[in-house]
Amino acid sequence: MRVRNALRTTAQGFALAFITLTGSITLFVLTVLSIAFIMLGVGLITTPLVLSAVRGFANFRRLKAAEWAGITIPVPYRPFPSDMRTGFTGQVERCTLLLKDPATWRDLLWMFTDMIAGYVTALLSFIFIPYAIYGWVLAAGVWRPIVHNGGNEWYAFIPISSQFTANLAALLGLVFLVVSLYVSPLMLRGHFLLCRSLLAPTPQMALTARVERLTTTRHDAVDNSAAELRRIERDLHDGAQARLVAMGMSLGTIEALIEKDPQQAKKMLSMARANSAEALSELRDLVRGIHPPVLAERGLGDAVRALALRMPMPVETDVDLPGRFEEPVEAAAYFAVSEVLTNAAKHAEAERVWLDVHYAAGMLRIAVTDNGLGGVDTTLGSGLAGIERRLGAFDGLLAVNSPIGGPTMVTLEIPCEPYPARPTMR
Amino acid sequence: MRVVVAEDLFLLRDGLVRMLEAYDFEIAAAVETGPELTRALAELKPDVAVVDVRLPPSFTDEGLQCALAARRATPGLPVLVLSQHVEQLYARELLADGSGGIGYLLKDRVFDADQFIDAVRRVAAGGTAMDPQVISQLLSRRSQDKPMGNLTPREKEVMELMAQGRSNAAIAAQLFVTERAVAKHTSNIFGKLGMSPSDDDNRRVLAVLAYLDRG
Repeated sequence: MRVRNALRTTAQGFALAFITLTGSITLFVLTVLSIAFIMLGVGLITTPLVLSAVRGFANFRRLKAAEWAGITIPVPYRPFPSDMRTGFTGQVERCTLLLKDPATWRDLLWMFTDMIAGYVTALLSFIFIPYAIYGWVLAAGVWRPIVHNGGNEWYAFIPISSQFTANLAALLGLVFLVVSLYVSPLMLRGHFLLCRSLLAPTPQMALTARVERLTTTRHDAVDNSAAELRRIERDLHDGAQARLVAMGMSLGTIEALIEKDPQQAKKMLSMARANSAEALSELRDLVRGIHPPVLAERGLGDAVRALALRMPMPVETDVDLPGRFEEPVEAAAYFAVSEVLTNAAKHAEAERVWLDVHYAAGMLRIAVTDNGLGGVDTTLGSGLAGIERRLGAFDGLLAVNSPIGGPTMVTLEIPCEPYPARPTMR
Repeated sequence: MRVVVAEDLFLLRDGLVRMLEAYDFEIAAAVETGPELTRALAELKPDVAVVDVRLPPSFTDEGLQCALAARRATPGLPVLVLSQHVEQLYARELLADGSGGIGYLLKDRVFDADQFIDAVRRVAAGGTAMDPQVISQLLSRRSQDKPMGNLTPREKEVMELMAQGRSNAAIAAQLFVTERAVAKHTSNIFGKLGMSPSDDDNRRVLAVLAYLDRG
């Protein structure tokens, strides 16, 4: 186990040493030159290109840190605004934004450290085993031609001049081998920790990014609830309210007619009753859109089950929840599922849908898979973008995988805490 | 016939009581909370209970839970559940024990007093009263399927009424046909859908619902 680990580390260390030296030096030099050439104008064009390569390179190393050493390094880059201009002005804007991002300068510093300290740590994580083998090769007889040809060979601190010293070298090689078993993985870890110290955002940057994110999501949440209230107001105004007015008028007319023309009055009474039934059914739909009754009565699990039963196609539902969640979280999750299922029924023409709702490690995860047409529109203004914004208020995420021709898989995650007891409402 | 009414809103409770009294029901108790309902059902053993789904103190599905618990204690205890919204999920739970004497209707249905009272009587007699909305949801879902597609429009109408819990006589009256015609339709339906025919109204409903629910 330890041996295999050391061997793997050696291979990884070798790759890293190579990447570090070539990648960091090249990109560092290019970046410095490109930034210097901004004065000449050429840099304006090249800098964004070079910097995106730098970011790609840094992201590659972040990926490797997670894969090879289990060290996660967050990405600190500021997102570009969605309404970037195109053409030359856009290019200048992009360049300015990149140069204003402190992460750019930290990347530069990182590349500089990486090609020195990063290279050394990578080297140390792989060099021991080859060097140990070299010691044995010397002892096996290779020392002879070297010494005979006047070579002045040292193995670490041992000058090689005879079979005896070569044997000592082999022994030392063995020591190196044992050392590598313990040191190589440590060095590899050290390498990535070094990367993290410069590639991860500083607390200041993390905080700034968080504040930016919170500002955006708060904006969305406020917008969202304002739009909801407007919709409710409109629905009430045009629906139930109008119907009640009509009913009141009918009743007034009936009062006047009841003695003169009982036949007509009776007819109007049944109309008034029909109106009140309509008003009720409109109110019911409205309530469902604000906060579905099953959600209030039973919580998320049964609410999505009830929702699945109302769909025109069969929905295979698998729910595993430890209890109920905060009401806003439940509502957001419910409406997200509702939107996704409706999409699947309407646009994707799905014949079957699988709905999986479960909770693990502080995260509510919902996956909706359908066998429909795929090619779901996730651009701004689509229903899914709306869901994403709504989930954003809870730091929730939405991922859509929908190749043309299907199947579509929509996954959403909301960090939240359950509470097992039934809450009391009102 | 002795009735227990459970409804937390005074206006509706009062309205229900008046309507039931007008149709010669005896109100054994009119309660407004879940615990009161549980006690009334256990102690008074009414002929039928009319229960609102959402009751205090939790304002969740307390009424439904009380009704289900009471029916576990007294199998077949007739309960008519009223709600502002109908859910297939709840309908399934109510029908799950298969012992009949169950009703599940939208509150709007009280607008038509005759039909509502008819539903109460049917439930009290051990029959079934399912809201048309539950049935139409089930039907719309299965409409693409082969066997349902084979039904004629008239047979579909009969099936819908049958699933609501109506007897052949009631279906005949509603569709303005003879009872013999309805009987012919029902046996056709059972034949086309591969269900075993039954004269017992309650069994019929369960068979149809089970069929609709399949898949």
